[in-house]
Amino acid sequence: MAPHTEQLTRPAVRIRGLTRSFEGRTVLDGIDLDIPAGQFVALLGHSGSGKSTLLRAVAGLDHNVTGSGRLTAPERVSVVFQDSRLLPWRRVLDNVLLGTGGEEKGRAALAEVGLKGRERAWPGELSGGEAQRAALARSLVREPELLLADEPFGALDALTRIRMHALLRELWKAHQPSVLLVTHDVDEAIVLADRVLMLDQGRIGLDLTIDRPHPRSYRDPLLGEYRERLLAALGVTEDAS
Amino acid sequence: MTTTTTTAAPAAVAQEGHRVRRRRGLAPGRRLPAARLTGPAVLVALWAAASAAGQLDPGAIPAPWTVLRTAGRLWTAGTLPTDILTSLERAAYGFAIGLTAGVLLALASGLSRVGEALIDGTVQLNRAIPTLGLIPLFILWLGIGETFKIAIIAIVVYIPIYLNTHAALSGIDSRYVELAEVQGLSRLQFVRQIVVPGALPGFFVGLRLGVTGSWLGLVVLEQINATSGLGYMMFQAQNYGQSDVILVGLLVYGVFGLVSDSAVRLVERRVLSWRRTLSS
Repeated sequence: MAPHTEQLTRPAVRIRGLTRSFEGRTVLDGIDLDIPAGQFVALLGHSGSGKSTLLRAVAGLDHNVTGSGRLTAPERVSVVFQDSRLLPWRRVLDNVLLGTGGEEKGRAALAEVGLKGRERAWPGELSGGEAQRAALARSLVREPELLLADEPFGALDALTRIRMHALLRELWKAHQPSVLLVTHDVDEAIVLADRVLMLDQGRIGLDLTIDRPHPRSYRDPLLGEYRERLLAALGVTEDAS
Repeated sequence: MTTTTTTAAPAAVAQEGHRVRRRRGLAPGRRLPAARLTGPAVLVALWAAASAAGQLDPGAIPAPWTVLRTAGRLWTAGTLPTDILTSLERAAYGFAIGLTAGVLLALASGLSRVGEALIDGTVQLNRAIPTLGLIPLFILWLGIGETFKIAIIAIVVYIPIYLNTHAALSGIDSRYVELAEVQGLSRLQFVRQIVVPGALPGFFVGLRLGVTGSWLGLVVLEQINATSGLGYMMFQAQNYGQSDVILVGLLVYGVFGLVSDSAVRLVERRVLSWRRTLSS
């Protein structure tokens, strides 16, 4: 059905017995996880549940952290942070090309996220949504096999966030990277992802496949069921009336 | 009836809700034209007015036109150009050495833990010693010629440049370090594309302090066994009670200080055009 199903045999990310702890407090407690190539995975959990720790471990950003376990990830990995993290002293195009060459590819990536014509702008001149688009372009330009996103829309207003959801989904469809999206927003997870993981006390408490066609609507009643299951797992009960 | 409604209309609007009063702006507002020259111009005007009114003792503070006439006389006699050139040369040498040393030490200390351990404490120690207090020792070491003068100026210059550049280097946002790791930047790329541009604002603060510091050191140094230079000229004038010559010297120092500071600001504005702060 989905164009990436035939690739499912070869996992892009393979995690076995991943343990991480900070100052004696265990944050990740023996995680086992496979992410097939091209799968869009959302990772949910309470704040402090270790979502970001897991993402940073996969990104190879956890220096000076105690832990064990085996972890394989693709060679080309891009990360999108909650803040756009554009360097204020480089123009937008130069920010997109940070660490790589190829001006044409940079322009194409900017056009793809809807920032054509803003190549020469300073990051300080962009709105929050535009800055995050530029950050997406920066991650795209490296043609990632795995895209890690750490609450990338957390700082955006609700309208911009909905537009960014559509954009992210489009980009995923066009480039087919595996995606690991960390979020605390249950709706965001079920609207975007094909598989939702719930991190609970350092383990994966729930692994849900969401088999609904895209684009999805927040009002889809089947998604409502998923939402209730996830919220229940998070310990939130919604008033039915 | 119609007349009453038109006059009542604004009152009705006012009654519907509070009229929005524009809030007091906290930014200093639009910059005045030639703002930097206004203060000095007012001072000179006051000076001229007081002299013309006979309120100032011409032996202590000669009138502005007397100072200008003396400057013209010294210039045509050829001593003023020689003195200025000598002073400029000393300041330039000392400044160049201090600038290089300040930047290199800041980079070494900001980019490596070993460098920090070796350099930072030493510079802080050096900073705690009044540089002009080193003059006697430097005369003993380097002789009483040009070398010790340049060395002292270099020290006066390198300290603010080091301090500000180092502070800016160690203040680079750790999020940018993470970004560099994610984007796979090499160490050299990291330094060139993130560390150096990120530290430039701090460097420019140090540079401006250093530029004026070089002139400051000069005044004192040129009163010690010099045979030319602006400080020497002023020192001689003191012996002969020529207050107008002293003022010529101060005038030249002032002009050079202002010009060099403005030059640094100009470069700063070009290089840091991405910054939009209160000054823009």
